[in-house]
Amino acid sequence: MTWVLENLGLIGSLSLEHLRLSVLPIVVGFVLAIPLGWLAWRYKLTRGLILTVTGLLYTIPSLALFALLPPLIGTSFLSESNVTIALTIYAVAIMARAAADAFGSVDAGVRQSATAMGYSPWRRFWGVEFPLAGPVLLAGLRVVAVSTIALVTVGALLGIDSLGYLFTNGFQRRIVEEILAGVVMTMVVALVIDGLLVLLGRALMPWTRGHPTKVSRRSPVPNAVSTGISPDGGGS
Amino acid sequence: MNLFGEAFGWILDPANWQGSSSIGGAILLHLYYTFVSVLVASAIAIPVGYLIGHTGRGREVAVAISGAARALPSFGLILLLVLVLGVTRTAVGAFIAFVILGIPSILAGAYSGLQAIDRRTVDAARAVGMSEWQILTKVEIPLGLPLLVGGLRSAVLQIVATVALAGYVNLGGLGFFIVQGIPLRDYSQILGGAILIIVLAFLLDAVFGLLANAVRPKGLDTRKTRSRASRPAAAVDTPTT
Repeated sequence: MTWVLENLGLIGSLSLEHLRLSVLPIVVGFVLAIPLGWLAWRYKLTRGLILTVTGLLYTIPSLALFALLPPLIGTSFLSESNVTIALTIYAVAIMARAAADAFGSVDAGVRQSATAMGYSPWRRFWGVEFPLAGPVLLAGLRVVAVSTIALVTVGALLGIDSLGYLFTNGFQRRIVEEILAGVVMTMVVALVIDGLLVLLGRALMPWTRGHPTKVSRRSPVPNAVSTGISPDGGGS
Repeated sequence: MNLFGEAFGWILDPANWQGSSSIGGAILLHLYYTFVSVLVASAIAIPVGYLIGHTGRGREVAVAISGAARALPSFGLILLLVLVLGVTRTAVGAFIAFVILGIPSILAGAYSGLQAIDRRTVDAARAVGMSEWQILTKVEIPLGLPLLVGGLRSAVLQIVATVALAGYVNLGGLGFFIVQGIPLRDYSQILGGAILIIVLAFLLDAVFGLLANAVRPKGLDTRKTRSRASRPAAAVDTPTT
């Protein structure tokens, strides 16, 4: 424990840095994925296109995507924006599929009732469909959040500091404890954010409070197999 | 865009296909690490997954494992195991990391494949007098194959991506070109390595896509399977639940 005790400040500041790098891709990914997911759910043509493209994007291994972006978007190879943009791409890829499933999980009868009561499509979306798709959207967002936080560490290979710095630095200095601290803290940050998302979901969707498992089990969300964290998933 | 030209030039340069760190050797090594790890992970995860799927017990444990695995940073896991086992056994440490990372998807594919089967089908098999072993081998395993292949596909892609990161511990493979190119600022090599990794991942993905179709039992209603396949299974009931 000596290494950890002597470097609490470093661990703390890297955790914050890690969080800062993770938040933007998670939020932007969620926002971009909502319209994409809706298009994928609504029209057959766009469904095939969106699901194919997101599936392929998600197949690209993270290290390769970090290296591929600079010449494509004109950034430097060591720029932080490569990591941010790559993680946003993964977030959109996972979330768009989850969103398509989420809108599909809304009962058609409820949708028709809303129309019959005079809801315009825009108001119906925000007043009825979006909230009812909420539990499945939340499940997708949790997957996005946790895998993004794990993936940020790969940026350390390109010199982008996060908790991943403890991996490369600990390896070079041969301090097992330092790497272990990085692994444990990455998982702690992921668990804390995941827990916050669950609490946020309970606050925003009080109707799911009584039987959360029931809701999540019924919801047709991509599972490990169909979207999982395949490509590079869990954190390569 | 010029960089892409140089990257393809690097890939096609015959000089890069010879010697100790040749492109061809790196591709083969990458595939070797991937397949051996997936085989070992399958040998562990498939029997356990079938046990969970057949008995219906232990699902929560499996869900918790896949949830926790998602939060596990694979790069850190490789470096940790390699350092703990010592530099002389780098390959062993890295292999253990690959296997650990491959297990959750295969486990999820195995048990969700069995759980997605209509209970009435299994009951019917029992009613016509099949033994539990016959039910497992003649009904559940064939019907669960498409989802198992999906799990294997996820595991393969996960491991291909992780083997790329192992370039950092001098394990060879395609990631080495990227890792080596960064300090040298050899952008054509970095990009060339990245392109090769992506092509390899796409090809493997396509192979498993075809395989998933090939193992789908005849007469299985694909639409129904699909909607069942998209149950949350492991993945989405993440950690805390």
